Amino acid sequence: MAQHEHAAEHADHDGKPQGIRRWLTTTNHKDIGTMYLVFSLAMFLIGGLFAMVIRAELFQPGLQFVDPGFFNQMTTMHALVMVFGAVMPATVGLANWMIPMQIGAPDMALPRMNLFSFWLLFFAFMLLLSTLFLPGGAPASGWTLYPPLVLQTGDAFPVAVFAVHLMGASSIMGSINVIVTIMNMRAPGMSLLKMPLFSWSWLITAYLLIGVMPVLAGGVTMLLTDHFFATSFFNPAGGGDPVLFQHVFWFFGHPEVYIMILPAFGIVSEILQTFSRKPIFGYETMVYAIASIGFLSFIVWAHHMFTVGMPLAGQMFFTLSTMLIAIPTGVKVFNWTATMWRGSISFEPPMLFAIAFLFLFTIGGFSGLMLAIAPADFQYHDTYFVVAHFHYVLVPGAVFAIMAAVYYWLPKWTGHMYDMKLATFHFWMSTIFVNVLFFPQHFLGLAGMPRRIPDYATQFADWNMVSSIGAFGFGLSQLLFVYIIVKAARGGEKATAQVWDQPTGLEWTVPSPAPYHTFDTAPEVK
Amino acid sequence: MANLKKMLAASGGAIAAVAGLPARADWSLLNMPEGVSELSQEIYGLHMMVLWVCVVIAVFTFGAMIYAMVKFRKSKGAVADTSMVHSTRMEIAWTIVPVFILIGMAIPSVETLIKIEDTSGSELTVKVTGYQWFWQYEYLDKGVSFYSRLAQTSNETRQLGSGKDPNAVDNYLLDVDNPLVVPTGTKVRILLTANDVIHAWWVPDLGMKRDAIPGFINEMWISVDEDKPGTYRGQCAELCGRDHGFMPVVVVAKPKAEFEAWLAGRQAAQQAAAGTATTAAVDTLAGQAVTLAKAE
Repeated sequence: MAQHEHAAEHADHDGKPQGIRRWLTTTNHKDIGTMYLVFSLAMFLIGGLFAMVIRAELFQPGLQFVDPGFFNQMTTMHALVMVFGAVMPATVGLANWMIPMQIGAPDMALPRMNLFSFWLLFFAFMLLLSTLFLPGGAPASGWTLYPPLVLQTGDAFPVAVFAVHLMGASSIMGSINVIVTIMNMRAPGMSLLKMPLFSWSWLITAYLLIGVMPVLAGGVTMLLTDHFFATSFFNPAGGGDPVLFQHVFWFFGHPEVYIMILPAFGIVSEILQTFSRKPIFGYETMVYAIASIGFLSFIVWAHHMFTVGMPLAGQMFFTLSTMLIAIPTGVKVFNWTATMWRGSISFEPPMLFAIAFLFLFTIGGFSGLMLAIAPADFQYHDTYFVVAHFHYVLVPGAVFAIMAAVYYWLPKWTGHMYDMKLATFHFWMSTIFVNVLFFPQHFLGLAGMPRRIPDYATQFADWNMVSSIGAFGFGLSQLLFVYIIVKAARGGEKATAQVWDQPTGLEWTVPSPAPYHTFDTAPEVK
Repeated sequence: MANLKKMLAASGGAIAAVAGLPARADWSLLNMPEGVSELSQEIYGLHMMVLWVCVVIAVFTFGAMIYAMVKFRKSKGAVADTSMVHSTRMEIAWTIVPVFILIGMAIPSVETLIKIEDTSGSELTVKVTGYQWFWQYEYLDKGVSFYSRLAQTSNETRQLGSGKDPNAVDNYLLDVDNPLVVPTGTKVRILLTANDVIHAWWVPDLGMKRDAIPGFINEMWISVDEDKPGTYRGQCAELCGRDHGFMPVVVVAKPKAEFEAWLAGRQAAQQAAAGTATTAAVDTLAGQAVTLAKAE
């Protein structure tokens, strides 16, 4: 029997166990990448469902469907699930799949830790989602978890804190793996400055993660001891300071924003050059721009807290340092435009999403610049203007880039071409509805609607209704995305090794679908 | 079923609004209010300046992107110029030019910021305390203090399944029983703190928002223009729990003489009720002690 199995394994030359055991015990970077991506898609749908509850309640003034307390649970869980469950695992999944193939390595450097970090994340989310069913419900303090409010959470509190710890451990392990892989396992001749930009963006992202995840873990641990062990880190009655938590949180939280967007920058760079049939403009500048954004992300955190009553000098410093981020970000946008300039552009689904990213992320960048101006922020802060801003950088920003990446590499993963017509339709539906959804929120915020409220004054009714219609449309369009992926995974026109017209990068030199083991012998890079 | 009917009615309302028929809701609410104070007008000016700078930059960058997408299409026979991969001169240009634009924006921002932070020379100080979920206003050294809660009509209508139409309520969710009253043309210093969790006090027309944090006292100032007495409405802006959306801030600005009359009336009323007030104060203190004990 054992011999028979052994023979069977040799028959397909990859030695993977079959069935469920393959997925539970695999240490293969491609399998783990797939698990991360599927997990992320599931969380994207669950987080989306929470958003639908929010937008249904906000469809018209008055409370129609949910209690205000449950509404707060929905906004909190929507954010936690989308940030830690959808966007971050999606980029980790892409890193797992693509970094070894882009740098000519046979696998990630630490395959067992790789699997461990996936399952930590999986159980972290089982815990987090279970809080919805605990007495007192899920956390309702917003994903920012500000004390003293967060200390009013019911039984969910320690569970949520433990879930955050697990997520942090998972992210740190994933980052260590990326750094070790890139530093040690590049193919001969693949110097750092020859590395594809997606791998570069992830290398810097990994350093950011290692820098800030322990800070978040420390912050939530202090919350835990304040709640259960009579410490007073954030309790003014014991000499503590609630604002200290905000500093700790945003020291994590701002780099976290770039953790979500830097891999998107890498993806968009790769796709724009492929479909403009022209190498990226200013490759080295792009690398330096990502690195400087990464550095600046550590010194701008308090722009999330202009209203807490910081000293004048502090407000000036954080206004100016935040404005500085516009410079490397601007360089990236201009270089992307220059990449398309005098190219030979075609509009396949990945390119469509990348171009939408270019426009819509830039709009989010503009509102970000406006928010950097401290005096104006006194008006914008905690309104729907902020909601519009960060959704523009995260949805048509990070999420569109992830979708672009899926449409770009899906044929390489599955060996099948997907339904291009349907994917183009998915693109147009998503792009139209995402703007119907989020653009009016700029108006709502400027006109004075605070965020995180379940009901609003009647003058905000019209734009809220428009926004909700956009949300339902956007949510439904994503079912198309699931359908397209499932269909391509099950079959379809056979993809060539190159898939696209002359793409650059080692991943396009191996057949599609990529064999279970690639680059067992390192390729030679000139 | 009732919900469905309400939704149908509401969507009918939306269609009516789109069709340009008279409707209560206002489609013209697209921008920040200019407001009624020196600070709010200055902030509005900054906001518009940065907005227009962004619009101009957007016209250029989006214009270039659209031009590239139209001009350099493969389907139109465009051939890629693969030698165009780098230009130090261009890259320096689009690094340096934004620096100057940013400096141009930073200078007026910092000037306004300095003015905002200068609370000196105020003629009246009001201490604002945030509670879950209402406000307390204390006129320091004037012996006037009261609570300010969501107006009863709004409160009844906003309950889940109340079956009441928010459109039938005047200033739905933006009305209180006891508004804060301030004199126009006067620099009023606002001290902010909270009793339980963090709240934020905000009236868009006055241009300012600041957090009310338990255990700490923040300060800011407002000054309503002399020629703009009136009622100005805002809301708590920092998530503070279940009823965060239901603790509005209402400020009534009265000409100085009217304000003095109002204050004298209030003082008299409060002194008349002094006996009860003492008991109430003791109750409040006891209540605070309980809260503290709970927090620990």
